[in-house]
Order: sequence, then C-alpha cells, then structure tokens
Amino acid sequence: MLELRKDIFADERDDNLKEIGKGTQRQDMLGHVTGTSAYFDDHKLQGMLHLKVLRSAHPHARIRRIDTAEAEHAQGVRRIIRGSDVPRNLNTLLSLINFGKDDEPSLAVDKVRYKGEPIVAVVADSPREAYEAIAKIRVDYEPLTAVFDVEEALRPGAPVVNETYPKNTFTYHERYDHQKLRFGDVERGFAEADHVLEQRYQMSPIEHAPTETNGSIAAPDTNGRYVVYTSTQALFFSLDTCAKILDVPSNTFHFIGGTVGGGFGGKVDTLTEPLAILGAMLTGRPVRYVLGREEEMQYGPPRGAERIYIKDGVRRDGRITARQVRAYFDSGAYTRLSSYAVVKCAAHLPGPYTIPNVYGDIYCVFTNRTPATAMRGFGVTAMDFAIECQMDKLAHLAGIDPMEFRLINAYRDGDMKAHRREAKNTALVECVQVAAEKAKWPLREEFKRMSSRKDGGGSRAEIPPTSREPAASRATPAQQRTSYDRGLSVPTHDQRPVAPPPPAPPPPASSPSHGATRFSSVFGTRRR
Amino acid sequence: MTRHRGRGIASINYPIGMNLGGDPSQALVHSNPSGKFTVALSSIDLGQGMKSVTRQICAETLGVPVEDVYVDTADSDTGPHCMGSFASRGTHRVGNAVMAAAREARGVMMEAAAEELEVNAADLETDGRGNIHVKGAPHRAISTKDVAIAAQFKQGKTISGRGIFLVPLSDVDPETGEMSPATCYAHACMVAEVEVDDETGEVAMVRMDSAYELGRALNPRLVEQQLVGGAWMGVSHALYETPEPYYPNPAHGPRDFVEYLMPGPGDVCPHDIAVLERPAADGPFGAKGPGEMCANPVLPAVANAIFNAVGVRIDDLPITPEKVLRAIKAQGGARPQSRR
Repeated sequence: MLELRKDIFADERDDNLKEIGKGTQRQDMLGHVTGTSAYFDDHKLQGMLHLKVLRSAHPHARIRRIDTAEAEHAQGVRRIIRGSDVPRNLNTLLSLINFGKDDEPSLAVDKVRYKGEPIVAVVADSPREAYEAIAKIRVDYEPLTAVFDVEEALRPGAPVVNETYPKNTFTYHERYDHQKLRFGDVERGFAEADHVLEQRYQMSPIEHAPTETNGSIAAPDTNGRYVVYTSTQALFFSLDTCAKILDVPSNTFHFIGGTVGGGFGGKVDTLTEPLAILGAMLTGRPVRYVLGREEEMQYGPPRGAERIYIKDGVRRDGRITARQVRAYFDSGAYTRLSSYAVVKCAAHLPGPYTIPNVYGDIYCVFTNRTPATAMRGFGVTAMDFAIECQMDKLAHLAGIDPMEFRLINAYRDGDMKAHRREAKNTALVECVQVAAEKAKWPLREEFKRMSSRKDGGGSRAEIPPTSREPAASRATPAQQRTSYDRGLSVPTHDQRPVAPPPPAPPPPASSPSHGATRFSSVFGTRRR
Repeated sequence: MTRHRGRGIASINYPIGMNLGGDPSQALVHSNPSGKFTVALSSIDLGQGMKSVTRQICAETLGVPVEDVYVDTADSDTGPHCMGSFASRGTHRVGNAVMAAAREARGVMMEAAAEELEVNAADLETDGRGNIHVKGAPHRAISTKDVAIAAQFKQGKTISGRGIFLVPLSDVDPETGEMSPATCYAHACMVAEVEVDDETGEVAMVRMDSAYELGRALNPRLVEQQLVGGAWMGVSHALYETPEPYYPNPAHGPRDFVEYLMPGPGDVCPHDIAVLERPAADGPFGAKGPGEMCANPVLPAVANAIFNAVGVRIDDLPITPEKVLRAIKAQGGARPQSRR
C-alpha cells in the first residue's frame, strides 16, 4: 500500500503536470506478461557454438602446467582458448575511468587467486561436449596458502593475493592503503561524551540472484564486425571493456541488450562478453557463453562482505559528539569495483546525522575469494546496517526513544556534512515523523514540530578545526569492545600521537557551497 | 516456547548517481512523419522501468501524450553513450538527458507549428493531447501529426533533439576526504515489527511501516514496485541470504535456490508506505530515484526489532535462527525490552 504525502513540501513543488506523476502502465508490460520480450538468450543463431570455462580447483595456487591435448581431440570441440590467446589478458574494470591498475586476467596463466577462477575456455558444439572436454583438461597446481579474512590479509607476512597490490590493499591517492575522512577532532568529541561505545559489525556477502544469469551471445557480422547480445547493465561500459581486452576499435562491436532479467549490480563486470567474442573471432561462428545457476552463485561476483568498527561518543541529552569508523571491504581476489565503493562509503559517513567530529578509515582488501562487485546500495548498505544498529544502541545507552534520538541528531538544511559540503534539500526529519505516524509510534509534540528546514546551519555549518596527520599509520585490528561508561574507557585502537597536531588551516571557501567541484581533477590515479 | 514481538527502526539517506559524478548519459529524440516520437538510448531496463519513466519524461517535456512516445534501449549502433544502469542514476541522469533532448525537439516542433499557424512560437502551447494551439485561443490549433508532416515534407526541418546530462567529476582530498559525492539525496525511515520464537530462534516479519522521500514520484506504481520489492530484498539480506554461511570460511556455498534461502510468499507481511516529495534542484521534475536505497533501512530495522523482542544484538548478518538461539541461550533466555 502506497500513500503519496503531497501535503509535505507542497510549497516546493508544482503539481500541474500531465504525464509525470501518473501510474502509467509500463511500456514493456505486454511483452513481459505474454513472454514475448526478447532477452539476450532469445537469439539462437544458426551454427551457434557453446563456451564453457575450466575453473580453478584451488583458492590460491601456482599453475605449473596445463595439458589440453586430450581435450583438443574430444568430440564436438571447436577451439580451446588459453590466456595466451587473449590479446590483452590483464584488465581492471575502472581503467575506463583511469582508476586503479590492471590486475585481473580473463584466463589465469601462472597463478589462480580464487576457487573458480577461469583458466581455460572450451568452445564446442554443445554445452555437454564443452563440459566433457573440460573434464579431460589436466592442470598441475602448486597450492599456496590462502587468506580469507580481511584483517588477517593486512597482517605482516600474510600471503600476497594479487601481486599488483602486494600489501593486499588497493592504493588510494598513490600513497595510502585506505581512504580517509577527517572532520573535527574525535578525541575531543569522546572527551565531551557521557558514553562511549565501540562495536564491530559484519556484513555477509550476498548473491544477486537475478532470474536471468549472466551471459552473452557473440556472432560474426558483416564487414568484419561482431554483434553481441548481452545481459549487461552497462552497454558501453561492457563494449569498451571488450574493445580493450580484445585490442580492437570499439566500433568493431554492435552491442544489443537493454532488456535484462534483473541485475542488482551483478551484471556490470562484463564477465562473459570478452570470451564469447574471442570465441566468435577464433571460430568464425556464433558463440554463446552463459553462466549456469551454480556458476552464478559460486563464481559470479557477489556483494562483498564488509567488516565495520564504529566508536561513538554520546551525551546524556542525546547529541552524538564523535563518530570514528574503520571499515574493511572484502574485494576478493581482484579489484573489480570495490575500490570505488570505498570512496562512496567515506562520503556517506557519518550517516544522515550532524556530528561535529567524524573520523573514517576505509580499506579495500584483497582475499582469496570470488571477486566482489557492485550490489544495490553499493558502499552504503552495510554501513547503514552498522550505523543504524549503533544508533539504536546509543539511544538505549542514553535512555532516549530511538525515533526521538534520530530526530535529535538528524541533519538539516544548512548543516555542514563531514565531506565538507553543505546539506541541502534534506528530508530525514520528515521521513522519521511520517514513519512514526504510520506505525503509531508516539512522538512528543516538540519532535512533531521539528523540520528539516528549521534550526540547521549557524554553528552547525562550520567546519571544525581538523588535525592533519603527517603520515598514515595503519590501525591495528581491535578486539570487539564495548565501553558503556567513560570511566572504564580503554585506549583507542588507533595509535595516533598523544600531542594534538596543529589545527588545520581554515578551509579555502568561507561559505560552504554544495556541489562546488574542481574540474579536470585528479583523484588517486583517476584522471579525466 | 514463547513468541516475542518487537519493533525496530532505522533512518537513512542515499546519494543519487555515481559517487563523485563524472558519469554522463545521452539521449536522442526524433519524430516520424506521423508526429510519433522515438527516444534512442543505450541505457538498460533491468525490470526497474527505465523505458517507462523516460517515456513519461519525454512525453511531459514535449507536451504530447505518452502513447506518442516509444523508448528504444540499449543498442550501441543507435543509442548514444550512457554510463549504465546502476548507482541509482537511471531516473536522475538518463531522465535529465531525455528531458534535454525532448526540450530541443520541442523547440523545433513549436517553430514548425508557428510557421504553419503564422504566429510567433512563443505564443504557442501544447495541450498534452497531441495538439498545439495559440495561448488563450484553443481553436487556432494544429495537431502534432500535421506539424510533423509539414516540418518534414514542406519546411525541411527535423523535429529532433540531443540531450546529455553530466555532473562534473569531483576530486577527493587525500587527507580529509573532502569531496562532492552527489548533488542530491533520497531519504527513508522504516519501522519493522518482528516475532521471534525463543525456542527455534526463528524470526518472522509481522509488518513494516515506512516513509521514503524521493524528490518526485514520476510514476507512483513503478515507485511502489521498487519500494515493496526492495524492502523484501532488505528482509532477505537481514534474515536469510549468504553465499558463505560461515564467513570468512568460504565453505558450504550454495549451488541453487534450495540451498540459497530467501523469503517466500508465506513469509510476506503487510508493508504500509508513505512517499514524500521534496524536489531536487537538478532532478528531472525534481526526481531523485528510489532504486537502491529502499533496501537499506530494512536490515538494521529488523536487527533492532529483534533486540526489542528478545534483548539480543546480532551484529553479524544474516541473522539466522542459529545465531538468535545461541545469543538467547548465552544471555540465559529471552529478555523482552520495553514494548513500543
């Protein structure tokens, strides 16, 4: 049941539109309900071959030798593809926006870094014949010690997962192993608090579980081009990735997609297109490469796990004085898109609340598991879980109703956010009020009268003096610890200097300007 | 055995579009000789309704009925570049590109109509039903079909438009994290009510009440589809799903939907939703986007409701019956918190 609350923010909106705001039936409804909408796999082409991959049996191993002799002569086999057949067998997805280093092969050559990593592709007349040939391939592995825990991966002497990033962390700004967020002085904030609470949260990996699994069909077209039917969520992103890996001009390809059976972030990685096209190039025949459900669940990239530590200070009156966050994104064996989510996560801190002192260190960590990728709420979902569970605990500690606790701390128009832009167009207060009303959750009158448009700004618009650290020092992993009373306060996990560094120079712009951007900017290795 | 009820809340915001911007989308709009319009995109419809919402945006901007617009998605030979369907960017980024293209096409259409009616284009308006007429004089009108015929066969004009929308890329300060991550944010608050069985550790959803602020609900039925479906994805994340049940141990991964659990029809509960609209300055008709954020408040709201019901905090997802039961045992039985 959905109710449109047109009464709220009515003065900011015209409601004189003709087509906008109507519950018009979907343009593609008839096709969907009659089963006639065409998806990528509805293109069965004459002479179409099927591609399947041999996947690593180990999470971490050196490949000594790959023997495909028997498979090459197996029934129905048209072509065996190995890493040396891939024109540019090293890529990272965000190289298209110049962010990060090429770190992932299409087909593993000398080492496998996660169980299920593709090593050899077989193109055959039928999926069954492809699988039967794969069973005849022999790989001589030298198993290596694997690391699966993000904090273990950061310890000295941990196995190196991915030689491109020998410290098992993505590199930010060409110098740091994490993305920082610094706003005010959290130590001062903890000193001003009546309660300090530090907690550990763990987000699970999640399978996207789309109805339609990842896949594509590539076919030679006229005039030296290739047509590619694909389930991608990002047509040109996939097209340009293929052009890079296969080392051909982008107009070699005619990508067709656009009607996809669910994505949720799991169809951005261009998993199948490069090999399908390469198969078509090498055989001159249409080639179909589709993940089965088990492959999709085991080796299709999941939402990555995240481990999050939050330490908060809160006063008896319910105001949060400081929030310190350390989070580890489990990227799996390769970067894919996790490096991006880390920065988005830093920008999201400290959640939709105005907190005068905020400190964040967010890491993108490599482990020997299936590479993680984007999923609905990328970079934010796990952090929201951690922050909102923490908010509930803080309200409990301070003895304040959890709804009212959120209203006390909610950000409002004119407040300064921790990433140093002014909050505008906020509506958290109203959402809490309306949800309370719907749930018949009693709010006191003063809380019902609050507004996102009132009482923000002023001192809340200021950027507090923020200490700049001379160099990054890696925080040692902390045990889960809860300090309900400041008297029992234990030292923080982060060994920063005791003497406060000199305050930072004032921010360049005295008045905050939301959306102020510097063009042609450099962010890490991302250049435009 | 006792079943304990509890309520939990969570409130969130969510950035619209790719973090830091720098993620353009383009659109092309053109008319055929009958005054019917095609929108060419390379954007993807994942089932979320990309075709439908851009169709409504195009129709509204052109001033023609939605039936006169057809959206063609995701052909790299005909659709201009789009970054992709992710990061809650479809409505905001692609919507704005379509709006810009439709505005340019409308300009040509009004000029062509003005020439036919022998008036100034500034004096014309569309009626949204397929006609263009002089403001205040509805009888001095011409149909969009007649305008299209005249433009193409008599005046030699192409009723078409190009659009692009780009939020310029922001940089990030390495030391402080200063950045411009997004131009607008959606908001939500969720109240979840659960029932926890203290003998089995099972958690059942009882009801959800929520408020979502989305800028403008361009199509309330598509919004409802996202919010209802997204909330259940949130429940599923909170209580059911994991490909690694003993993470970080990677063993026992699922191979199919028998082993990978999700809520089924029998687990569904009522969900009462309010939608608020505080228009974004740079959104198409003020719209932000409901796509990703609708799942986010559900995970913590469910966890907090479980605490309210039986007094245990499960900070590791998913909150399986095993974890609930172990936690209840560890504290010596269920400890229901104050009912609220």
